Amino acid sequence: MKGERAVTASPVLPVLLPAAERMARTALRERANGAPLLRLRAAHGIALLVTFAVGCALAQSQVLPANPSILETIWKWTPLLARGFVFNLAISFVAMALGTIAGLFLGYAQISLLPPVRKAAWFATHFFRNAPWLVLLFYCMFLLPFEVTIFGVTIPIPDWTKATLGLALPVMANVSEIVRGAIQSIPTTQWEAAASLAFNRRQTMWMIILPQCIKRMLPPWMNLYAILTMATVLASIVGVNEMMTLTQRALSAENRPGLLLAFYSYVLLWFFVYCYPIARWTVRLERRYAVNQ
Amino acid sequence: MQFVWDWFRWLNQTTGINLTIFYDAFDRGRFASGFWMTVRLSVVCIVLSVVIGIVGAWVQRSHFRVARTIVYWYIQAFRNTPPLVQLYFFYFGIGSLLRGVTGPLVTNVTWAIVSLSFFAGAFNVEIFRSGIEAVPRTTIEAAESLGFSRLQTYLRIVFPLAFRITLPALNNNLVNLVKTTTLAYAIAVPEMLYVSSQIWSDELNVPVMMNVLLICYFALVGVLVYLMHRWERAIRVPGFGV
Amino acid sequence: MPSAGEAGAGAARSAMHESRPIVELHDVHQAFGDVEVLKGVSFEVAKGGVVCIIGPSGSGKSTLLRCINGLIPIKSGTIRVADFDVHTLVTDRQKIALRKEVSMVFQQYNLFPHKTALENVMMAPIHVLNEKRDEVRERAIALLTKVGLAAKRDAYPGELSGGQQQRVAIARSLAMRPEVMLFDEVTAALDPETVKEVLNTIRALAREGMTCILVTHEMRFAREIADEVLFTDGGTIVESGAPAELFDRPRKERTKAFLSQIL
Repeated sequence: MKGERAVTASPVLPVLLPAAERMARTALRERANGAPLLRLRAAHGIALLVTFAVGCALAQSQVLPANPSILETIWKWTPLLARGFVFNLAISFVAMALGTIAGLFLGYAQISLLPPVRKAAWFATHFFRNAPWLVLLFYCMFLLPFEVTIFGVTIPIPDWTKATLGLALPVMANVSEIVRGAIQSIPTTQWEAAASLAFNRRQTMWMIILPQCIKRMLPPWMNLYAILTMATVLASIVGVNEMMTLTQRALSAENRPGLLLAFYSYVLLWFFVYCYPIARWTVRLERRYAVNQ
Repeated sequence: MQFVWDWFRWLNQTTGINLTIFYDAFDRGRFASGFWMTVRLSVVCIVLSVVIGIVGAWVQRSHFRVARTIVYWYIQAFRNTPPLVQLYFFYFGIGSLLRGVTGPLVTNVTWAIVSLSFFAGAFNVEIFRSGIEAVPRTTIEAAESLGFSRLQTYLRIVFPLAFRITLPALNNNLVNLVKTTTLAYAIAVPEMLYVSSQIWSDELNVPVMMNVLLICYFALVGVLVYLMHRWERAIRVPGFGV
Repeated sequence: MPSAGEAGAGAARSAMHESRPIVELHDVHQAFGDVEVLKGVSFEVAKGGVVCIIGPSGSGKSTLLRCINGLIPIKSGTIRVADFDVHTLVTDRQKIALRKEVSMVFQQYNLFPHKTALENVMMAPIHVLNEKRDEVRERAIALLTKVGLAAKRDAYPGELSGGQQQRVAIARSLAMRPEVMLFDEVTAALDPETVKEVLNTIRALAREGMTCILVTHEMRFAREIADEVLFTDGGTIVESGAPAELFDRPRKERTKAFLSQIL
């Protein structure tokens, strides 16, 4: 087959621009990380503000003099929306924490020397990576019991916990891939050097390889968190009372279709304010790491 | 085929694994239609998003600042916001505005297609632009010096090279798109997830249907990922790449 | 008119000089936006002659070659190549007719990476000259043998070294049977071992009587095969002459300064 050809060892002149190679590397990285890098800029925040202002203006134009102004309406709903947003953040924290811990184990298992462990871990990772996030969410919502009894103590499992576990599953799969990718990106010379110093595998992993991996894992991991935070709005579909659900309730309570743009851009502003520093920091870390390469 | 269906009926009676999607004709039809809806959404959105990507990449190279700015903000808006919000915006926002005008002509399926195509298209514009710019100027000049016309150069040199360069990124986008079609559930589009939820609320076989759903998506995406790996390997430019 | 070369190669070729030069430039001006790159360049090349253009970077050498080929339009002046008035060519079709007579080899990214070496050589005759595939294939294999790469004909450019890529590029240009060949610093991106193999190929071409215009940094090579050497700086031809004269007895100060820097 045309593509299966060994590359000769002789020095080659590049046949495509460096930009092409960069694209290939980026695509590979995105595949490992599970999502493209989120590149937020201050201009985005300004654009959101402008959209919000436009939305308010549009809605305002439909308001009768007796009704309260748009900004008052939004201000009236803000405490409720704030509680919803905090809820989103809580879900994102817990899901990320659980997913990361599980993903670390799974990723480590993917490079195990025992074939059954390796294969099982590979299968689990790809199984949860291939499933859409919403389906996993449904899975947890419907199949987890609403309460569990351990040692005679009945612990209720509310909806938001199930949603959190549902979101933790894809996080686990993506973290597993990030871990595996980071470990495999450490050059073999490191392993060889450690072996020649008589380190055993466990020592090599914990003292030499994994410390180097942490730096490499940080940008994609933070990127995953930003993506996860934005994905918490999926919980609204399964009935969790997070910010999106509350926004929809507010909109139907107000019963004015023109408010849509104002409210949604308001919600997006909140998410932007939260995700922007994370995204900037990720890009900076990624750049710094690439230079040190 | 009847014996296959009967076997599943037997399975239900003996083990309680209630796979009505096999032995019940109505559920079978429903599930199949859901599956095809997912496939349809994916295919149409892929095609439309590629078109949007090509048009967007072309407009980004135009001389008019206004056009370039519009495309730029379109990309930024659709890349950095959750696709669910985009879907709601199209269906509840623009949809309700247009409902007075177009009435039932523009269905929720249409809005799902529009929203998802624009979502994936935003990523494609970036991908295509980088792909075209990654073809070296001298290679194009070499083609022109050999006497190829501009059209021939584009068709035989620039496009094949740009395509090979962009395929991995495009494939990432493709897989992501297939997974994102599940969001159409939120606006009651009868794709696989929605139909399954209807089935399990009718037949009360939630765990079974859930597992079937998971397996189906795993298979669908798995086959896609496998095919795209094969494709990438087949059209790889030897001597280039990671 | 270029004087007969003093080295053996040049003397053998003087017999082939015809009365009308095959390439004639007269007072060519070219600018990129406001920046004037070529400020009145004039020279001639006889059929079978070899002209080397040397000079510091930014002096407009590459632009000059691309103007001869029709890749870059000129602001004023005339360029005549064979029967074509290059400065009057406007449409794609006219330029294509010109490019069947003038071929160019570039510094890098020459070949089409998604085709094998043989396919690279075959592509243009098939799609531009509309020749039959079998005949083109035979000719292509012969050309690849001529440049010493018959064994590599099914290799992709990414699998070839720089020197091998350039030799395939030369074979590809020869497949069009041009009257004039232009070389734009073809060895500049190569490492020293591979430079030699490319220069050998060009030397063989020149010996067979191909009209060549080279932009190069290889002074020894220029001295050996050129009939005439042009030194450009700042968009004009500062000095021109037979290689022995220009290299050993440069007349202008700028030429002396440049030569002392590199020789």
